[in-house]
Amino acid sequence: MKGCDTCSGCHLPSGPGPIMREYVVALAGNANVGKSAIFNQLTGVEQDIGNWPGKTVERAEGLLLHRGQRIRVIDLPGIYSISALSTEEQISREFIAHDHPDVVVNVVDASALERNLFFTLQLAELESPMILAVNQMDLAAQKGISIDLRKLSNLLGVPVVATTAIQGKGISELTDAIVSAVSTRPRPHTISYGKEVEDRIREIMHLLPSRAGGYPPRWTAIKLLEGDSDALWEARGQVPDVVAAARAAAAELEKIHGEPARAILSAERYHAAERMVAEFVTIRVPGEQGITLTERIDRLALHPFLGYVLLILTIGGLLVWTFIIGAWISEILLGYLSMIAPVEPLMTGSISAIIFNGAWTGLVAALTLIIPYVIPFYLFLALIEDSGFLTRFSLMLDRGMHKMGLHGKAIIPLVLGFGCTVPACLSCRIIESSKQKFLAAFLVTLVPCSARTIVILGVVAAFVNIWWALALYALDFILIVILGRIAYRVLPGESVGMIMEMPDYHVPHVPTVVTQTWQRTKSLLWIVLPSYLIGSIVITAMYAAGLLAPVNAALAPVTVLLLGLPLMTGVVFIFGIIRKEMILLALAAIFGTTVFSTIMTPVQLIVFAIVTMLYVPCISTIFALAQEFGWRRALAITLLETVLAIFCGAVAFRMLSLVL
Amino acid sequence: MASEQLEEYLESILDIEEKEGIAKTSAIAKCMKVSPASVTEALQTLADKGFIHYEPYKGATLTDQGWEMARKVKRRHRLLEVFLHDVLHISQNNIHDEACKMEHTLSDETECALCKMLKAPARCPHGSLIEACDRDVGSCSACLAEPGSARVCTRDEPLMPVTSLKPGQKATIAFIRGDTGVVQRLTDLGLTIRTEIQLVRKAPLLGPVEIAVRKTKLAIDHTIADHIFVTSCMEKAG
Repeated sequence: MKGCDTCSGCHLPSGPGPIMREYVVALAGNANVGKSAIFNQLTGVEQDIGNWPGKTVERAEGLLLHRGQRIRVIDLPGIYSISALSTEEQISREFIAHDHPDVVVNVVDASALERNLFFTLQLAELESPMILAVNQMDLAAQKGISIDLRKLSNLLGVPVVATTAIQGKGISELTDAIVSAVSTRPRPHTISYGKEVEDRIREIMHLLPSRAGGYPPRWTAIKLLEGDSDALWEARGQVPDVVAAARAAAAELEKIHGEPARAILSAERYHAAERMVAEFVTIRVPGEQGITLTERIDRLALHPFLGYVLLILTIGGLLVWTFIIGAWISEILLGYLSMIAPVEPLMTGSISAIIFNGAWTGLVAALTLIIPYVIPFYLFLALIEDSGFLTRFSLMLDRGMHKMGLHGKAIIPLVLGFGCTVPACLSCRIIESSKQKFLAAFLVTLVPCSARTIVILGVVAAFVNIWWALALYALDFILIVILGRIAYRVLPGESVGMIMEMPDYHVPHVPTVVTQTWQRTKSLLWIVLPSYLIGSIVITAMYAAGLLAPVNAALAPVTVLLLGLPLMTGVVFIFGIIRKEMILLALAAIFGTTVFSTIMTPVQLIVFAIVTMLYVPCISTIFALAQEFGWRRALAITLLETVLAIFCGAVAFRMLSLVL
Repeated sequence: MASEQLEEYLESILDIEEKEGIAKTSAIAKCMKVSPASVTEALQTLADKGFIHYEPYKGATLTDQGWEMARKVKRRHRLLEVFLHDVLHISQNNIHDEACKMEHTLSDETECALCKMLKAPARCPHGSLIEACDRDVGSCSACLAEPGSARVCTRDEPLMPVTSLKPGQKATIAFIRGDTGVVQRLTDLGLTIRTEIQLVRKAPLLGPVEIAVRKTKLAIDHTIADHIFVTSCMEKAG
């Protein structure tokens, strides 16, 4: 479509008024169909994308300006059904049902339309204006699936756009369709259920006041019939008789079909989706015998023996990289940077010298942290996410996770936890049961994040030896398993098994991987650099004002008596609460040296690293935990881990003193 | 032959057949703790009644009728074991023998009531799978919710849990057992009744099973998959 004569943006409701209205468009659909990829293309915002279901756990917003319209685009977490289970799905459900976006762009996976249309049919019942974006057309074509989009559009009664979002194909058509849909507001057709169901829906609808709670009455009736707890709760307040009537109707249906009413309706929606797909999809079978790439890789990656070998090699490779190659690069880098200016955090001298030294030390520390360790790790993470391997880790390790009352899905937050604890805690939302979600988040806070790894490397690997650093890692894993088992027993609630979609593998998309690595690194840079600078200055100022001594004295019973550490470490731990990378900086600033072996014995260095590894999660993590689980639980984790750190540190101090 | 003895034989043959493919006379004798001569005699009777195919010197395999019967007894046996263990707290060592004696006298109605009371357990205390019943219901919650008496209609196709399919084997979903949340989740992901599925692979050590349904692949926890019952497509065709 070219030129103004076919422009769809011209029939604006009443011309541009003095106040331009902002339209809200929501992207909704099953998990891992490419909503975030479409969102990035539409808005230019760089939202993380990856090849696993549950990537987006929080809604993201961006602005689309097109043909004089301001459109706020909302990227919602993936959702399989309106009767949703997990937190991230509920976010989507709530947004669509309560916030009434002007248009819902339902993104569907072209190669699994049956399952995707099941959700489309549920959305249709909400009667919000809708466009269908049939995404991953390239993959569907590879599988020999061809789709008659016009027929699909007729069947659903809404515009249908074909896209391959990762390559930017079909995005301009989609943008046009969105802009025209905000004024034309296309409403999808709804399906009719079997007669016995329809009769009961009508019965309930008669009892409902018109537009109860702002929802379409048919939708409310269906939800009541399904026994949806939210709908029941709202209806009870308004019309108590309806609830009883809905219960009775559902019981009747159950008697007729021998299945709960919800399952009957779901089955009927699936049958409708099946019938539709049969009408507009043709599949050329180029050779059923031809084994797909995914199947080939899975034969290795999910092999009962080789699969585990691959897994160990991957994780082992990552550790080797961090501890050996990363440390080597870091050293070289430090050598070059010291040639430019000496890295010597001086505590005395003029104010400008202090600021320069603080800034330079901060910059060097940040660069030697980010380039050798953080960037390779994030790159690796982006690769396993984008290719689809991360979900296979879940499948392979599911059984082992049962020992801690978790299931395979929890591997995803735990792996992310090696990068940064905060997003890892949020990603626990993909776990359905609240007990398991909390359990996973608790264990995530114990996983050595990149900042803690840096401290272990900078203190133990550099000045004791690499094997002690690895031993600390091993100790941490053992603690995670033990604490996981204990928490599983102690926490109330039940553990449920894993149900997870396994996406097809694909060759990692280079721009996606690079962008994702950069996005994550960037957010770390923005926080680490300023906090290093400010931290340096604050420590200097406090030192000058004589404020450090009382803090150290107050903490002395723990630091000196229990842990056998130098008195000055007390204040270092306090700074570490803000960010754990600060620990190295604070240590260097306060003791006036970066050669830590001159200020602490090997035993002290190890004890210091153990405490750093385990005590209070950093302040951002505490906030993230509080947001997800409430302050009581966040503070409980903080307290527990502090006690654990002191206990382990004290035991290590006494035992290691005998050995080293 | 007394029906009690007949059922015991069928049970033993089922066990041996599942392990070895065919139940040899010697194996049955060992299992039942009787002499091979009396086994041969009993097998002849069973074959006459149409419960087994019996070939002298080779051994016995169950006919469809015999299999159905053996499964039914097994189900009762294991349900009774759960009852004895979980409700009456009888020690683990004794429950097998106790259940062996009780299983032959259980009526359909009592079996159903027992299953309801125990909330449709999936496995016996020893960890063996409890087969689905042959009542014509879509899921256990339907059965648990129903106040009245047992219905008479029964299933005509043999059911098996999805976990007992072989990789690559296709089947049709007949029945999903479990709490409403899990059943709903599976239904929402496309595992509706009468849908064709294919078992892709089983992870080792009772890990999750991967199944293909509606052009997507799902990894499902082994315990949950135990509750998904299917009818095999091959048997349907044959």
